[in-house]
Amino acid sequence: MSVPHKVGSVKSKQVSSFVMQDEEEGLDTAEGEEWMQGKTLVKPPDQLDLTEAELNEEITRVLKASNPNAPQNVVRYSFKEGCYKPIVFVDQMAIHFELEGNLVHKDSDEGRRLMAKQAEVDDGGGDERPDNVAIKAGKREQKLTNQFNFNERASQTLNNAPRDISCQTEPPPRANFSATANQWEIYDFYVEELQRREKSKEKHEGQFLNKEEDKSKKKMIQAETQNDDISQLAKVVKIIERMVNQNIFDDVAQDFMYFEDASDEFRGEKGTLLPLWTFQYDKAKSLSVTALCWNHKYNDLFAVGLGSHEFTQQGGGMLLFYTLKNPSYPEFIFNTASGVMCLDIHEHLSYLVAVGLYDGCVAVYNLKKKTDQPIYNSRASSGKHTSAVMQVKWQKDDLDSNHNFISVSADGRVVSWTLVKHELVFTDIIKLPVIDTIPDDLNDVIPTVGTSLDFHKQKDYSFLVGTEHGKIHKGSKYYSSKFLEKYDAHFMNVTRVRWNPFHPDVFISCGWDWMVKIWDQTMKSPVFTFELKTSVTDVAWAPYSSTVFAAVTTDGKVHVFDLNINKYEALCQQKVVSKKTKLFNIEFNPVHPIIIVGDDRGHVTSLKLSPNLRKKPKEKKGQDLPKGPEVEIAKMEQLLSSLR
Amino acid sequence: MAETGDGKKEDADYKRLQSFPLIRHTDMPEEMRVETMELCVTACEKFASNNESAAKMIKESMDKKFGSSWHVVIGEGFGFEVSHEVRNLLYMFFGGSLAVCVWKCS
Repeated sequence: MSVPHKVGSVKSKQVSSFVMQDEEEGLDTAEGEEWMQGKTLVKPPDQLDLTEAELNEEITRVLKASNPNAPQNVVRYSFKEGCYKPIVFVDQMAIHFELEGNLVHKDSDEGRRLMAKQAEVDDGGGDERPDNVAIKAGKREQKLTNQFNFNERASQTLNNAPRDISCQTEPPPRANFSATANQWEIYDFYVEELQRREKSKEKHEGQFLNKEEDKSKKKMIQAETQNDDISQLAKVVKIIERMVNQNIFDDVAQDFMYFEDASDEFRGEKGTLLPLWTFQYDKAKSLSVTALCWNHKYNDLFAVGLGSHEFTQQGGGMLLFYTLKNPSYPEFIFNTASGVMCLDIHEHLSYLVAVGLYDGCVAVYNLKKKTDQPIYNSRASSGKHTSAVMQVKWQKDDLDSNHNFISVSADGRVVSWTLVKHELVFTDIIKLPVIDTIPDDLNDVIPTVGTSLDFHKQKDYSFLVGTEHGKIHKGSKYYSSKFLEKYDAHFMNVTRVRWNPFHPDVFISCGWDWMVKIWDQTMKSPVFTFELKTSVTDVAWAPYSSTVFAAVTTDGKVHVFDLNINKYEALCQQKVVSKKTKLFNIEFNPVHPIIIVGDDRGHVTSLKLSPNLRKKPKEKKGQDLPKGPEVEIAKMEQLLSSLR
Repeated sequence: MAETGDGKKEDADYKRLQSFPLIRHTDMPEEMRVETMELCVTACEKFASNNESAAKMIKESMDKKFGSSWHVVIGEGFGFEVSHEVRNLLYMFFGGSLAVCVWKCS
């Protein structure tokens, strides 16, 4: 309507009638025509009066999005810069009309809630009251959560079992002390103390003078302490040496102590000898063993005399002491000028050793002394034997309580030596009788060589002497002119004669004529005779039984007999050394079931007797066998009586 | 008169000569012994008339220094028999007539 165009040319006709009336108003012709169509133009009183030219002026109006009422120069204080700053972007929105609606989306929370409420309200309005309540309750029950829908899971970690541990420390050590505190005690003690102080003052004054002496004494003491250190070390070293030896020879030591040959049960009467340690010394290689003796006090200690049996091969000699605890090295070593032929250890004073030498000397060694020299030597004294000493035996102390021993030697004399202070005093006991074949005028020159000597265990005045000619003479210390008895024992040299340790009448002898003979001293002929195929060099009784004895021969065999078990044969004949070695000595250990044998190489071999060789008589049931020497004597007596 | 004079002199001498602290028996180590002796002498001199206080002082000091628990007896005439921890006993005389016995036993 507002578009000015010449629409109404037709209109203009109509309008023209009107226009004539509005020309004065300055309106658009169209507008004016429209205005003029129906109404008569009424002019309000406050309308602007404009000229026609002004009315026809076209005014352009532009529509903008900006809000004309919005402020354009809003200023805000900026605290950061401390001044007013104009805000650039001003809100251009002008709200013309606002109306809050009350529509809620049916799927939203509120919508659902409202719908539920609506349903309730509708239902509640329509039903009776009890039904209402029931339904309400049912709904409530449904709403309650079900107990059985719960899933409970539980687990328990592994707890270690509790354990009680308690401990008690050692309380500090306590001691008791008691005393009395009285006035007089106190006074006495003070007086004593004063006296002591006075004495020490005097000493101090005296000591100032002796300062120099003290210094020298101090030096001495220091040297001694040094020695002590070394000697203390020696003791420790010795123990270690023994331990090492024990470890090395552990199996031997075990055998020695515990081994019992079980196969003896199957062997009937026979027994065996189990070789244990072998004792040898480097420097004694060229010498042969000539004497053996066990120590009575220390059952593992034994003495070995080394020398030579051959006349032509005489050199030095040695006296060695070995202990079973140390088989590698001797405990004591003594060098002698000539070969040792015999030795004996004193029964009670086991540090005294009497030694008989090839050159006729006798010597006594004291093991307690550290020196290498004998404490007594018959070198210097007169009366020494002119020929080799074949056997020495200690005797009981004489009336003046001097030690003494008796020796027999190849010069035919039996001499008693007494240790008086620093020398040996000799007493001739008896001279061996000359044999018949020597003419009378040579009696003094050619002696009867005595080769063996033994004293009776109980009646120690009675003794036996064996000679080179095979005779055994029984003598007594109280008879110096004559022998009591003479036994034609052997055809050749009697190498050993020994009394039985239990039976008072029995002795054994052995000789180079291959025989071992057992005698009853009352009878002229032997009770038992054994032939052992080679020269018998030594024979010994067992200390535990009166019927057991062992012999060694030059073919290196040891023969063990038990007359109680077998009267004719040896229970054991065992070669114990290598070929061509001769055995010269045998000794039983007084306590342990072992024997030692010495050979011509200077070695000593120890052997353990198997159980068969150590049999004691069987106990009859219900009878208490009396133990002790009486049993042994009775055993022997039985044997003897059967043969008489 | 001379005699009484001498007697008095002797008494004075005796007091002078025999007042020093004298250890009768101990098995304490050296350091401990010296310290304890000093302490006893101090205590006895401080509480010359009151044995109980002296003993109290000694006992408390010993407890602090060497650990519990110590026992102390001071007196002029008594006999005793005690069990003590080894190396923790001191028995000494002091002042000519006072005997002090200190031992530890918990």
